[in-house]
Amino acid sequence: MRDAFTSAATGLLDDDPRTALVLADISAEAFAPAARRHPDRVLNVGIREQLMIGVSGGLALTGLRAIAHSYAPFLVDRAYEQIKLDLDHQGVGAVLVSIGGSYDAAAEGRTHMSPGDVALLDTAGPWTVHVPGHPDEVGPLLRAAAGHDDAVYLRLAARGNHSAHGDGVSGRLVTVRRGSGGAPVVVAVGPMLDATLDAVAGLDVTVAYTNTPRPFDVTGLRMLVDYVDPVVVLVEPYLAGTSSHLVGAALADRPYRLLSLGVGREDLHRYGSAADHDRWHGLDPAGLRRSVTRFVTG
Amino acid sequence: MSAFVASPVAAPHPPPTTTGSTAHPPTSTAGSATLPPTDTGYAALPPLLRRITGDEKHEPSANSTLDVLWVLYDRILRISPQTVDAVDRDRFLLSKGHGPAAYYAVLAAKGFIPDAWLDDLAGPDSPLGHHPDRLLVPGVEIGSGSLGHGLGLGVGTLLGLRAQGLTYAAGRVGGASEAGRVGGARVYVLVGDAELDEGSNHEAIAYAGSRQLAELTAIVVDNDSATHGWPGGLASRFSVNGWTTTIVDGRDHEALTDALTGHDGVRPHLVVARTPAKYATSGPAGYATSGGEEDGHA
Repeated sequence: MRDAFTSAATGLLDDDPRTALVLADISAEAFAPAARRHPDRVLNVGIREQLMIGVSGGLALTGLRAIAHSYAPFLVDRAYEQIKLDLDHQGVGAVLVSIGGSYDAAAEGRTHMSPGDVALLDTAGPWTVHVPGHPDEVGPLLRAAAGHDDAVYLRLAARGNHSAHGDGVSGRLVTVRRGSGGAPVVVAVGPMLDATLDAVAGLDVTVAYTNTPRPFDVTGLRMLVDYVDPVVVLVEPYLAGTSSHLVGAALADRPYRLLSLGVGREDLHRYGSAADHDRWHGLDPAGLRRSVTRFVTG
Repeated sequence: MSAFVASPVAAPHPPPTTTGSTAHPPTSTAGSATLPPTDTGYAALPPLLRRITGDEKHEPSANSTLDVLWVLYDRILRISPQTVDAVDRDRFLLSKGHGPAAYYAVLAAKGFIPDAWLDDLAGPDSPLGHHPDRLLVPGVEIGSGSLGHGLGLGVGTLLGLRAQGLTYAAGRVGGASEAGRVGGARVYVLVGDAELDEGSNHEAIAYAGSRQLAELTAIVVDNDSATHGWPGGLASRFSVNGWTTTIVDGRDHEALTDALTGHDGVRPHLVVARTPAKYATSGPAGYATSGGEEDGHA
């Protein structure tokens, strides 16, 4: 996905003089050709993430469309106040593009993990959040984001699904697997789809996919769930429960059951691989299957 | 340099404004017209200040900035109430957003805001609060208050102006205030000496120096309010990063004018405006019993 982003962003810089890329050393080498062609609009500020967002805000104040890119823990967690004040409070937007969300860089340890990025952006905002599940979804989402001035977060995963899904850039929930009428609805966000489909094999559930959890497709969810007895499972690649409040708001007019799966809050103080962390957080197919089965049959 | 000019980001000013700023076409040249002199001079500031009654605790800090703000708006900045949305206007960013009484008084004296606004500081429907909000006040470039945001935004603003060719307006002579000046838009950021405690400033100072952001001027109003001081002088934090620096009496309008026009066209420029120490008349020298950002003295 990072390659897809590099390619799409380089194309935007070539085609749209309104775009500007702000880096903090991360991925600078990949953008070296673009920087040579557009030295005024490819800005590497060094290892200075607060400045990266401040500069993005300043660029936006002059009418440019800033695309800022770094590791999620530095782009979002570290620069949170700049996101809140230098973008949101000034009434301007930018496109923030992260890699290294959650535990994609597991071997680097907790300092390089950011399971809470989307939850943090939920406290600011409103932010549009894209979590593509396949490299082919990245380019269209980035190009659409570059075409307006709102606040957009594009979270690039190191791993993904075998094929692209989603409804272009509409953000709507797409039904990938249909259960019987009134069956529980499992919403898989971005790169969680393949593991979710593996996990629910043989279970009577509907599986819906989105790469755009913000704004959450409330209408789509209401149409999918059973009207009387809605049962929903969220499978998100970031902090568990991040979208729970939106499901709750969508179904506020009826009793519902909700299971929110995602990354746990605990700092495990462990390295290993992303697949190891999937297992430890119950997000591998076997772990998901245990949780979903217990919930829908319980 | 690209002739492309992006649409400016215009603040949605509140209805009471009478400046007519939004009627100005965005492509206008901020300094090309001879602007009508305001008939309100420096002598009119004290009564305007006195109308701002709700912000007593910030009074010493506010007064420390009065002269430099007056000189900026009276002699330096190419901006007027008619050009607050012009793409090539000079930008003045008040980073030290607390104690804005002097700022509001100067904006009123220069016709950016109605005098009547001064009578309801921080009221429930007032556009003027204890920290300025760019979405509420015509001519205010950034909302500020939390310290250490203005320089980063200023760097980004300047880079955005550069990328659009707006800092290199060859042949553009003169303007709203600074007669005979040649060149395009410049960016001025006012910070406090204690505000420099915030590390985000130093990200911007280092980067601006290494990038030789020649159209950037930082003004530090130095009233000795930094708790731990700046051994070796605060100007050295800039000069070591490649800035030109000037230290002047912050009450001397001629000296301020010389200093604010003392940039060398190559390097970013610092003006340290020395004002009487904050605690000199209010108690024993040394560390204050209150201070720092929470109390708004910086």
